[in-house]
Amino acid sequence: MHTPATEARYSIYYNYQVYKPWLPSAHPPQGRKKVVIVGAGPAGMVAAMELARHGVACVILNSELQVSQGSRAIVFTRRSMEILQQYRVAERITENGLPWRFGNSFYRGQRVFRMEAPHDQDDRFFPMINLQQQYLEEYMLDALMANPLIDFRWGNKAIGVEQLDGFARVEVDTPEGCYTLDADWVVAADGGRSGIRTARNLQMEGASYEGFFVIADIKIDLPLPTERLAFFDPDWNPGNTILMHREPHGIWRVDYQLPAGEAPEDALRPESLKARIDAQLAMIGHAGTPWEMDWCSVYSARTLTLPDYVHGNIIFTGDAAHLLPIFGVRGANTAFQDAQSLGWQLAFVIKGLAGHRLLANHSTERVGAAREIIDEAGKSTRFMTPPTHGFQLLRDAVLSLSLTQAFVRPLYHWRTSRPHEYTHSILNSQGDDNALFKAGPAHGAPPHNVRLGADDFLLDHLGGGFDLLYFTEAAAVPEPLQKVVAEARAKGVPLNLIAIGAAQPVNGADRTLPDTDGHCRQRYGVPASGGAYLLRPDQHVCARWLTLDATRLQAALNAALPQ
Amino acid sequence: MTTPTLISIADLETVYDRLATAIDQAGPQKTELFLVKLALLNANALGNADLFQQNVQAALQDL
Repeated sequence: MHTPATEARYSIYYNYQVYKPWLPSAHPPQGRKKVVIVGAGPAGMVAAMELARHGVACVILNSELQVSQGSRAIVFTRRSMEILQQYRVAERITENGLPWRFGNSFYRGQRVFRMEAPHDQDDRFFPMINLQQQYLEEYMLDALMANPLIDFRWGNKAIGVEQLDGFARVEVDTPEGCYTLDADWVVAADGGRSGIRTARNLQMEGASYEGFFVIADIKIDLPLPTERLAFFDPDWNPGNTILMHREPHGIWRVDYQLPAGEAPEDALRPESLKARIDAQLAMIGHAGTPWEMDWCSVYSARTLTLPDYVHGNIIFTGDAAHLLPIFGVRGANTAFQDAQSLGWQLAFVIKGLAGHRLLANHSTERVGAAREIIDEAGKSTRFMTPPTHGFQLLRDAVLSLSLTQAFVRPLYHWRTSRPHEYTHSILNSQGDDNALFKAGPAHGAPPHNVRLGADDFLLDHLGGGFDLLYFTEAAAVPEPLQKVVAEARAKGVPLNLIAIGAAQPVNGADRTLPDTDGHCRQRYGVPASGGAYLLRPDQHVCARWLTLDATRLQAALNAALPQ
Repeated sequence: MTTPTLISIADLETVYDRLATAIDQAGPQKTELFLVKLALLNANALGNADLFQQNVQAALQDL
């Protein structure tokens, strides 16, 4: 019998709502579901939203009766916001989060590196915004619970998943006992300690690092801006690293590395936490400022991924599929991209718009993304927690040199999460003009946002299906192109045709964006009328043409929907 | 493979003495750190990761 906690979790700043469990006795017998999502964290919730967006119903299981314990993921990137905007939750994050774009690294009291993330007027969202995960989950939850295609089940814990002939069976435990749920597809979004992954004995590839970090959220009034602070090798914690981030509601995240050999349980003793946090506050000139502990936890850096995310009718996503170091805000921000990718590709397979090759493509694309992150984040991790004597020496040499030598300072810059470009995706068109463009997002890249007017950006108008951006000053989209679009729609392919560049509504387009100053055309590197971009439902580019014709549009759609 | 001789004997002798003196000045606790810093500065002066790698391989020989 599963007995989730029924008391609201402790928090200084967040009021937990405890929901009623979903009980099988209160519902009719369960027929086979299209999709069951195990886990209602960021990955599971985005997968549910994306499936629903394409008309696919799902059941999503949350073993608990309330949202995330503690702030967990607190930094959301611009691309995450562009994804979350599509589920109408980005606005609430913007209203309540703290945006930022600068990071500072300190050594021996000197600021040795300042990261400045670009932010230009074409971007709706800041490079980064800080908000505690409870709020993100709450906003997602509100969207999920309002969606009739999503069956959200609190207090339902998946205790076993079995692959059967062409479907999967989930054994679900509840506060009144177990029931069985059959599904065409099971999405394992059950987090870094995925029970489904463990039970199937799936091995991950990559490295684990030994250093442990304490994450502590404290309530404190510090007169500091919202910028990332990183302190290397301070006197109070020799050889180790401390990170600080501001969160809403007067909370600061203090993240410090433990001396080698110290057990995590010792580090979480209140007196140990107090001594170290006091030492850190003293170091930054705020000794004696009163503070209160909200939540703390311990983690270690790992760079691991499953080599394939699709296992029969079970698909792994988010942290269940890979474990990435949090330096560079890789967890939730990667999960949003994973889950959106999974959501649309699984939906298209379920609806018969593409064959299973599309799911294999999802796995290839996202494993590729994880490996790219592992490569990049591995460098940061080897700098933050040097794994060997050699790496330790190099790191110390760089710290020492950085006080006077500018050329080593960029080594402090750990690359932050950015969207993976599916450069070699099988969904990319082979006969288009990709290589002939001199600007604009290339094959597999996410789109460039463009400011169109006051509170109006290009990405506000995209997503949910394929988008054909057709750059034209003419009165109508050419008939042959309209015909290809109409035929695709007749097969059920969601395809939006957006004309860009004409003052009057263009005949045959679903929407016309005037682009009077030609800025959008310039951002997309389109030299003349008749150029076009085809974006996938996750907004990534799969084809672009200097001059679009019906034959090549059809070829691109065929490539993007492998049978 | 041997690296080509580009430095004069007189300069090499100067480098020899200065490096030895600097190692002594750094002291046994800081010798490694000093040498790694020096290697990074020289890598920057070389401006060539491949050439640096050749030197690494040459230095690893016959330890």
